[in-house]
Amino acid sequence: MAGLTTALRLPGNPDTRYEASAATREKPWVKRLILGISLSFFALFLLLPLVAVFFEALRKGVDVYLAALTDPDALSAIRLTLLTAAIAVPLNLVFGIAAAWAITKFDFRGKHLLITFIDLPFSVSPVIAGLIYVLVFGAQGWFGPWLLAHDIKIIFAVPGIVLATVFVTFPFVARELIPLMQAQGREEEEAATVLGASGWRTFWNVTLPNIKWGLLYGVILCNARAMGEFGAVSVVSGHIRGLTNTMPLHVEILYNEYNFAAAFAVASLLAMLALVTLVVKTFIEWQAALNASAQSQKGQEE
Amino acid sequence: MRFCHMILRAGIALGSITAAHDVVADATILNVSYDVSRELYKDINPAFVAEWKTQTGEQLTINQSHGGSSKQALSVVNGLEADVVTMNQAPDIDILASRANLVSADWSKRFPHDATPYTTTSVFLVRKGNPKGIKDWNDLARPGIQVIVPNPKTSGNGRYTYLAAWGYALTKNAGSDAAARDFVSKLFANVPVLDGGGRGATTTFTQRGVGDVLATFENEAILIEREVGADKFDIVYPPLSIEAAAPVAVVDKVVDKRGTRKQAEAYLRFLFSPPGQDIIARHHFRPRDAAVFKKYAGGFPAIKTFTVHEQLGGWAKVQKEHFADDGILDQIMVRR
Repeated sequence: MAGLTTALRLPGNPDTRYEASAATREKPWVKRLILGISLSFFALFLLLPLVAVFFEALRKGVDVYLAALTDPDALSAIRLTLLTAAIAVPLNLVFGIAAAWAITKFDFRGKHLLITFIDLPFSVSPVIAGLIYVLVFGAQGWFGPWLLAHDIKIIFAVPGIVLATVFVTFPFVARELIPLMQAQGREEEEAATVLGASGWRTFWNVTLPNIKWGLLYGVILCNARAMGEFGAVSVVSGHIRGLTNTMPLHVEILYNEYNFAAAFAVASLLAMLALVTLVVKTFIEWQAALNASAQSQKGQEE
Repeated sequence: MRFCHMILRAGIALGSITAAHDVVADATILNVSYDVSRELYKDINPAFVAEWKTQTGEQLTINQSHGGSSKQALSVVNGLEADVVTMNQAPDIDILASRANLVSADWSKRFPHDATPYTTTSVFLVRKGNPKGIKDWNDLARPGIQVIVPNPKTSGNGRYTYLAAWGYALTKNAGSDAAARDFVSKLFANVPVLDGGGRGATTTFTQRGVGDVLATFENEAILIEREVGADKFDIVYPPLSIEAAAPVAVVDKVVDKRGTRKQAEAYLRFLFSPPGQDIIARHHFRPRDAAVFKKYAGGFPAIKTFTVHEQLGGWAKVQKEHFADDGILDQIMVRR
């Protein structure tokens, strides 16, 4: 969110002017100190563990690394993680757009309540999120006997894992879109409606192009969390090897089996996902900034 | 729109990856087990699958789930569809009978030896050369010794260590409960971290280097010596310890619903058969079969053990007095 707003800042901003003048410039040592603190903090707490993951993963050689990743249980964990993300992310995409649309384009009672509820998964511990579903759908839970009678499995099966993942990744898309759409206002949509465009047409041709970079950004964050979620999924998974283990759970299992090289190999896949996420995120911010400056130039020409 | 097209294409690609696989098998059963039995069932399962195939021609798939014993039991109560449960302490199967009526109350009479195919015992793992000179339970309660034990509330492993210390103190003090309580309090005052499960405690002791002694199951201690390095640790057998029998049961409600009773019962019977007992012994659990035990006797130093039943009045009593909320364990922990 913060990334987008800075990227959208217009050229010739006050930051550079502030730096250029000796009167307003910070003393060099202050600058170096602050930079040093943030860089060393970054190196110690972010870079070092990341390097350690890859180092540990490859310590016993590339063969062991590849064997760990092509192990049937690892493959099934990867497959389940992808499947979970493939269901949870589109669901949250649709929900996120709908919620952001409702909140920014309509006026209704209880709007603030809805905004608060969207944030709920951020404030609730993932373990609680998992336990909620056990209490509702577990054999001793509210719907347990009914589900059992109809032979529908939710908890300790794939649906439970998807549900828990949807819960924890719920706010990402909506939270990304709401400030963006609020800043953009309703004028363009109103103009389209006045000109006779249908609701769908307005959405596809006016709203979506305006929000697409923010939307993609939200989807990427949502996806990263969906694939990396541990706590909530751990509670509802049942930990059946090859059936209900996601990648993060598989890492834990391997680690507990003294299989450190394999554990770090699978962990390195997750770390790579994080790196890809970062690259795509940077690309999107760059594109969004490019878009913004192109639009402002267009505005100046007119 | 190019942008939407891109998303759609990505979605289709993902779908084709995830939809590709389905395991084909005539029957599957799920074995829900405790934390440190993973290595054992990795060998038991293929052996039984092969035997079942030659006997019946059916291709069986056995799925495994592992975790802290009590946590696993609770998952089964909450609906994890286990055909068989293989735990490390009887209360974790009793709870399936009492809380959810999943197994019949007489489950321990369905298989030989109270439905326990093997036993193990609580021993000590110390740093190489035993620098603190730890030989018996009273050494663990000495001031200045750091003892690593998993939490007796959540781990069967920790529970057996607790009960072993209690039983030891009873024998030394002519059965005095007060003396036993005093001794166990002193021992647990020496515990700097309580991990949730046996494996967590192992990692604390071996990887993080915390503690002078790890009290854990014999099979786990031997496995650590082998996996992490015999040059770093020594196993110390106390003169007296507890017999930790690992119970197994068929989950009646699940097998009747899924039609897997035949396979589930044969699977558990296999654990008691000579080939099953042989695999068990190779994983450093003490087998019930006398011939198999004799074959591997070199790996099982003689140690005097008592059972929960003989020394402590049975699991129901122990559970109520020691491990229930506000029981003796809670009182000791608060005082700590």
